[in-house]
Amino acid sequence: MSLEAFNNRNVAEGDYFLVDIEDYPTTGWDKFKRVVKRTFKGELFVGLWVVMREMIRFDIHTVQYPQEKMPIGPRYRAVHQMKRLWESDTERCIGCGLCEKICISDCIRMDTRIDENSRKEVTEYTINLGRCIFCGYCAEVCPELAITHGGEYENASEQREHFIMYEDMLTPIDKMKAGKQLEFEGFGAITPHEDERVKKTPLAY
Amino acid sequence: MSKIVINIDGKEIETQEGEYLLNAARANDIFIPAICYLTRCSPTLACRICLVEADGKQVYACNAKAKDGMNITTSTENIEKERRAIMEVYDVNHPLQCGVCDQSGECELQNYTLEIGVDSQSYAIKDVDRSSHDWGHLHYDPGLCIVCERCVTACKDMIGDNSLKTIPRGADAIDAEFKESMPKDAYAMWNKLNKSVIGLTNGTDVLDCTSCGECAAVCPVGALVDTHFMYKSNAWELKQIPATCGHCSAGCQISYDVKHTSIENPEDKIYRVMNEWNYVSLCGAGRYGFDYQNADAVKDEVAFNAALEAFKKADTIAFTSTITNEEALLLQKMKEKFGYKLINPEAKAFQTFMKDYSEISGTKLYSSDLERVHTTNFIVSIGSALKTDNPNARYALNNSLTVSKGAGIYFHPVADPIIEGLGKGIMTVTHAPLQEEIALYLLLDLFGDKEQMPSKISEYLASFHSEKTITVTEVVKEKVVEIVKEVKVNEETGEEEEIEVEKSKMVSKKVEKEVVVDDNKLLELLGADDKFMETLEKNLKKKETFALMVGPDLYTHPKSKNLARLVALVEKYTKFELVMIPSLTNTLGVSLICELDDDKGSYTVGYNTDGDFVLSALGDGDLDMPAMNQQEGTLTSVNKRVNPTNAAIGYNGYELNDIANALGFEAENVIDYTVELPTAVGFKHEEFDNLPNHYENDGTEMRGYVLENVAVTLSGDESVDKFSDDKLEGSIIYLANPVRQFTPFTHKTTELDEVSGIYMSEEFLSNSDFNEGDTVKITTDNGELTANVVSDNKIKGSIVVLPTFDKNLNSEALFSGYRFSTASIEKV
Repeated sequence: MSLEAFNNRNVAEGDYFLVDIEDYPTTGWDKFKRVVKRTFKGELFVGLWVVMREMIRFDIHTVQYPQEKMPIGPRYRAVHQMKRLWESDTERCIGCGLCEKICISDCIRMDTRIDENSRKEVTEYTINLGRCIFCGYCAEVCPELAITHGGEYENASEQREHFIMYEDMLTPIDKMKAGKQLEFEGFGAITPHEDERVKKTPLAY
Repeated sequence: MSKIVINIDGKEIETQEGEYLLNAARANDIFIPAICYLTRCSPTLACRICLVEADGKQVYACNAKAKDGMNITTSTENIEKERRAIMEVYDVNHPLQCGVCDQSGECELQNYTLEIGVDSQSYAIKDVDRSSHDWGHLHYDPGLCIVCERCVTACKDMIGDNSLKTIPRGADAIDAEFKESMPKDAYAMWNKLNKSVIGLTNGTDVLDCTSCGECAAVCPVGALVDTHFMYKSNAWELKQIPATCGHCSAGCQISYDVKHTSIENPEDKIYRVMNEWNYVSLCGAGRYGFDYQNADAVKDEVAFNAALEAFKKADTIAFTSTITNEEALLLQKMKEKFGYKLINPEAKAFQTFMKDYSEISGTKLYSSDLERVHTTNFIVSIGSALKTDNPNARYALNNSLTVSKGAGIYFHPVADPIIEGLGKGIMTVTHAPLQEEIALYLLLDLFGDKEQMPSKISEYLASFHSEKTITVTEVVKEKVVEIVKEVKVNEETGEEEEIEVEKSKMVSKKVEKEVVVDDNKLLELLGADDKFMETLEKNLKKKETFALMVGPDLYTHPKSKNLARLVALVEKYTKFELVMIPSLTNTLGVSLICELDDDKGSYTVGYNTDGDFVLSALGDGDLDMPAMNQQEGTLTSVNKRVNPTNAAIGYNGYELNDIANALGFEAENVIDYTVELPTAVGFKHEEFDNLPNHYENDGTEMRGYVLENVAVTLSGDESVDKFSDDKLEGSIIYLANPVRQFTPFTHKTTELDEVSGIYMSEEFLSNSDFNEGDTVKITTDNGELTANVVSDNKIKGSIVVLPTFDKNLNSEALFSGYRFSTASIEKV
């Protein structure tokens, strides 16, 4: 792709044009003239007419929120979710700490330890939403597709911290059992036809 | 060794004749990939990735020696092919669990795989069961192991425990087709790799070593890790605080790796201790004894005011040598201002010994250091339980034995299986306590220049020699001619007939011979074995450099003055270079900075030791003080180096400087005193913040500065006393710590779990009616103590060892200075 269109930052040329905006009035007389002009121009009725026209037509595009909701794009980055494994319903997070490392606002922290089965266990995991800028790096870097952003935008609380109980982020087990966990399709998710690009490692079995 | 010039990739570099190419390249910032090589150890040749072309021939940079005018190319097409194949082989069956691996990116396998650009795999082999092993303080995962054998090399060549070795892996043979298709070196390397994993030398799955953890430190992958660190933190989260280990006089370079304690607790916590393992090796205390900080200390004003009162009332300050140079100087300044007596018996003994030594040597300090000992051929140790007094001295000895083809003699009353196990080159003389003088006389006798020596001494030495006739059995080979009857077929007639054949054969025969030999009575007195001279003669072949290490046994010896003079004479009239092992962390610094007194006054302020008012970094005194890992300052090491150390974790209480400021001194931080350290005894006028603490690529130690060895006026008197015939016999106790313990600070740490008690060797336990766990009472002329018996397989013989790391045991009270004492031991 040619980058010429981006590199040419001279807005005076090409497709750009200046919007015709009058200069702001400076003197009191000019200001008075503008008020009179705007008052009697009837712009208000133009707007009222559009509403009227559309009402009569019954071709309404307004979504009846909250009874009606628009589908949210897969790349929407709202409060984080922690996913479970399809095979065993256990948490996907292996505690590698990459999200902690990559987080540019330094809001993710985790405590890990070795558990009874000699596996790495995440004993505690927090995201400081007061700091989070919802950049999506954590979801992108996660090697296990464990941490993702959710599409849940209906939050209300006095503090953003209230949205981030680990238990709330984690896919509820009944939802998981019902097979209703949704995969994240934003950055960091597996792209379509990924398997065609994989080089296979020879096996001696 | 002469300077030569070699050419690597078109760059002319200067190096030593016989230096390994890899080291020469590294010293000049030329990169040659290498995995299995450890600087200071012998080349292992396991990874073969350091292939280079020298004068048109492929060699391994880690074991090819530099010759003048050599032309080296670090990369050719063929070498690139080999390296790529080698890295592919290393990646065969390597688990892709980098996400949870404790190496967390500090991984040489990862680095070289990416560096060489391995993006596909051509080789495969069936994997075998490689489940992990729990070796106590270490965790070994053979699945992650690439068998570079760096752990084995470090354990053998540096530490001397020889606890690790390669054991059979039990894998299938490599597919025959690979032999044809693979690059040659890669195949050879794979062939070796496929046959082995790392195992324990003792054949069991229980690790029994001096637990230094150096093997885990050198591991390039996450195969060997410290159990306490497993899955605790990613390496990249840790902030490295450059410091100096505060446990013994070696003053090893370390870095405290710190991070917030947990999500709830943002206070820094030390997660592990790392070191520049190519240039410095830690012991178990240095590596695992890191959490001895005085936690939860607060600015307790009541206690502080009480401390000020105590200082106003006191006429004596008693302290230990676990103290920085700056604080020692502060104490000295307090002495000058307020007339306190400074009491530190152990540093005082060392100070006196050094002074006595200076009178003959003419220098304030000994001539050599442990770094030099590493490359010395012949090492003698007198008066030190080497492995516990200063583990680095033992590493230096072992390193010399294994890598510099060295040999040595270890004089000590307590037989030590660890020292004996270092190798064939080491001879041990288990003399009786108090006989250290004889050992020094023996050195003068064996190695001294009798012509130069004061005639009195050479005559004295000669008086121990006599001639004696002994019968030696020699094996002589003789030619014996026998006539044997044989049945042979006569070729002409075809008949069998008997003929006589003359046959000669060599028969070895023992012949007894009488020879006149020199009889050295000193050897007999020390209890050296009959073969001593014979072995010594063999061991002394091709030896050019000599080092003598003397230890704390001598400083408190009843005849320490005479010993100090003898030591100086040995240094003067033999080829031996001298190292004195200071008894505690900063004994050398304290002895140089402070004017120490002998007797306490009426009211004592104790700093980390007993007193009427106690300042304690252990947290058990009247006022809290910061521990060594919470302080900044400098420590003077056995290598005569003033090393800077930094505070790894926070401290919220008062420190000595606060008290001093309240008493009229003015210094914002205690490190303001660094620049004032006395230049008259060799310190330099350097700001603390200007002191470096790292190693260069060529191994140059850039840490603090080296003390200047100030000249002292000679007395001219070189007379020494004859040795006394005293020796301790019977039931003897010795004041020394077990491996990994030094002071109450090491005792306080969580990872060092040695139990306090009375340490007896297994041999002694089996020959006596004591059993492990028994409560026994030890009585000497000075007092008695009761404690439990601990079995220790790191000592031998019948001398019972009393540790000093447990304050509650108060074992010093049983001794009157000298580290040995006779005692009666009975069951309670």
